[in-house]
Amino acid sequence: MNNNDLDHLLVESSPHIKDEDSVKKIMWTVNLALVPAVVFAIFHFGFRTIGIVSVSILGAVLTEYIFLYFREQENSLLDGSAVLTGLLLALTLPPGFPLWGVFLGSFVAIALGKQVFGGLGHNPFNPALVGRAFLLAAYPVLMTTWEIEGMTSATPLNLMKMEGIATDYWQLFMGNIGGSLGETSSAALLLGAAILIYKGYLNWRIPCGMIGTVLLTTAVFGSDPLFHLFSGSLILGAFFMATDMVTSPVTKKGRWIFGTGAGLIVVIIRLWGGYPEGVMYGILLMNTTVPLLDRYTRPRVLGEER
Amino acid sequence: MSSSFKQGIHPRYKEELTWQKPLQKAQIPEKVIIPLQQHIGAPCSPLVQKGDKVQKGQKIGDTEGFVSAPVHASISGQVKEIKEIRLPTGERGQAAVIESENCRAKESLEQLKIPFDPESAAPEEIRSIIREAGITGMGGAMFPTHVKLNIPENKDIEYFILNGAECEPYLTVDERVMMEWTEEIIQGMKYIMSALKVKKGIVAIEDNKQEAIKIFRDIAADEEQIEVKVFKTKYPQGGERMLIKAALDREVPEGGLPLDVGVVVNNVLTAASVCRALKEGMPLIERPVCVTGEALEEPGNYIARIGTPIKDLIEQAGGFKSKPGKVIVGGPMMGVAQPDLEAPLIKGSSGILALPRDLVEVSAPLSCIRCARCVDACPMHLMPTKLMNFVKEDMIEKAEAMKLESCIECGCCSYVCPSRIPLVHYFRLGKAELQARKRDKDE
Ligand code: SF4
Ligand code: SF4
Repeated sequence: MNNNDLDHLLVESSPHIKDEDSVKKIMWTVNLALVPAVVFAIFHFGFRTIGIVSVSILGAVLTEYIFLYFREQENSLLDGSAVLTGLLLALTLPPGFPLWGVFLGSFVAIALGKQVFGGLGHNPFNPALVGRAFLLAAYPVLMTTWEIEGMTSATPLNLMKMEGIATDYWQLFMGNIGGSLGETSSAALLLGAAILIYKGYLNWRIPCGMIGTVLLTTAVFGSDPLFHLFSGSLILGAFFMATDMVTSPVTKKGRWIFGTGAGLIVVIIRLWGGYPEGVMYGILLMNTTVPLLDRYTRPRVLGEER
Repeated sequence: MSSSFKQGIHPRYKEELTWQKPLQKAQIPEKVIIPLQQHIGAPCSPLVQKGDKVQKGQKIGDTEGFVSAPVHASISGQVKEIKEIRLPTGERGQAAVIESENCRAKESLEQLKIPFDPESAAPEEIRSIIREAGITGMGGAMFPTHVKLNIPENKDIEYFILNGAECEPYLTVDERVMMEWTEEIIQGMKYIMSALKVKKGIVAIEDNKQEAIKIFRDIAADEEQIEVKVFKTKYPQGGERMLIKAALDREVPEGGLPLDVGVVVNNVLTAASVCRALKEGMPLIERPVCVTGEALEEPGNYIARIGTPIKDLIEQAGGFKSKPGKVIVGGPMMGVAQPDLEAPLIKGSSGILALPRDLVEVSAPLSCIRCARCVDACPMHLMPTKLMNFVKEDMIEKAEAMKLESCIECGCCSYVCPSRIPLVHYFRLGKAELQARKRDKDE
């Protein structure tokens, strides 16, 4: 045995083996799981989609870079989280939204939604939704114009709320409808979500609680549950935004309550509120309750008195 | 259906490296280093001095303290010195260095004196021999066995569980011992059960050890008091609290012991040593150890003398095949990384693991992304991410309120953390800090 071989024995605290999943791997897989939805959007809304998605991602990554540069953490740039924020924001925008606005939105999402709080892991709100909330407040008309290449198509929720017209389920499911880039094809979104749940990267309790609540309460109040499930951004929000790890509870019970609460807010806004859609507010409002939920849903430790 | 506890993890087990390798006697070393403290409790004082001749099996360290276990010479030879060394646990302590004078000569064993028939011995007689043999828990914790079997008046013991749920990845000695020393284990189990005066014995085995399950089922078929129970292969299935929960659906209370719920748990190797002591008068001077890891030429299961330097055992396993990145005594989940190969094998060392450099990942921890994987993995149902924040920010009372002290340091949380945060390390620091504060308060 050569003694030099032993010069670099690493001495650190146990455990000495680690799981393969890293932050990077998880974030990039979530990005990949959204690809079907993006492909569908390109197919449905045309090449404008590529412009919006690219500008949104670019804006997010650039903003992230500036902050990381000053914090001397440039090497976390490619952890995939900024790309994910950009991608998610893009999916919540109308297909005709101007590119400068997209850039502004993704800047706000990263700067005000994430980095001012200290970066990944420290933000209380879902950054993509912060970006969207900003755009909706600043440019309400642009954000609710579902017009592309001269064709107006109101969203099914709008049609329902304003004119009482229902849309066919199959069209809703396959996405042959008006709406934001990512809210139209439930099929494409569910495919991505299924992969993530299988890999254990997505917590199923939150979407179950949220969607279950929407189905149940809309049925109770005499509205059509399936219509509510497949229209608007419920599926995108429940599976990809409410489940954002950083901004949702860490306990199982907490996740149920979080999902249920978000679902209730969605129904209240959709049925009785001024806006046709409430998914964004449902999630953002529930984001504020996360510290409390974590505190009061601590699981009973093994051996602790019941 | 195999039962189990809730949560926990499924690491890659890597048992294929050694599980089919029969136990094999390691070469008798020319020099052994016998630490005077190889147990939880009071350290022994040396009974020999520099220059003394000692015989294999001779007691060389003992103490009056009740929670303690004597130590014995594991080879015949001369005491070269008594000095402070670094133990494989990372602590420091006194040890006797014994050099064999004529290593090829046949050594004779100084046996324990057993003045009664073990088959009909009283509990305190059995316990006294277990103590004299220096037997401690051999799964890692090294709690003196005679103390564990000494049940306070006010406690009733209903079950004895023989722990054959070796759950650390890589390690296979328990499995080999169950296949090869079945008779001794069952006999030792019976001695322990009569010392405890219990009628119900459970042999707990994980479902990845099919051969051992078969052998034990065959034997237990004729034994009325012994039942074989099979558990899911999951880490940490062999943890006492997890095992008791899975086997009997009982929860050891916070800060309590298994005997608070009427159970005593011992490792299979401990049972085999009890049998050896009572039947053959053999003190605990050797133990099976799994010498394994991808960095070794010939991983295997060896029976080695206590006190054998780690480097001898590595040589025994053919030496390094590639540059080692880490050498660990114990398993990969709870073992202790060694700065060099000088420390000796002690009673609780179930494995020596050499990992090659490419399997040793060095990466700086990132921020917690609140993914909750640690919360979902913790077999004690703690919230590691919260505990970590409290310990880090020096809010130790809050960590205590969230049951920091219930942490069994199993490492599941650190294993799954995608941000590579050394959670368990924080919990060790936090627990030490809490204890220090409690001591200050008492004074
Ligand atoms: S080391 Fe402690 S906190 Fe981490 S999983 Fe094990 S018991 Fe839970
Ligand atoms: S596993 Fe790591 S990153 Fe995930 S919540 Fe726990 S500490 Fe945070």
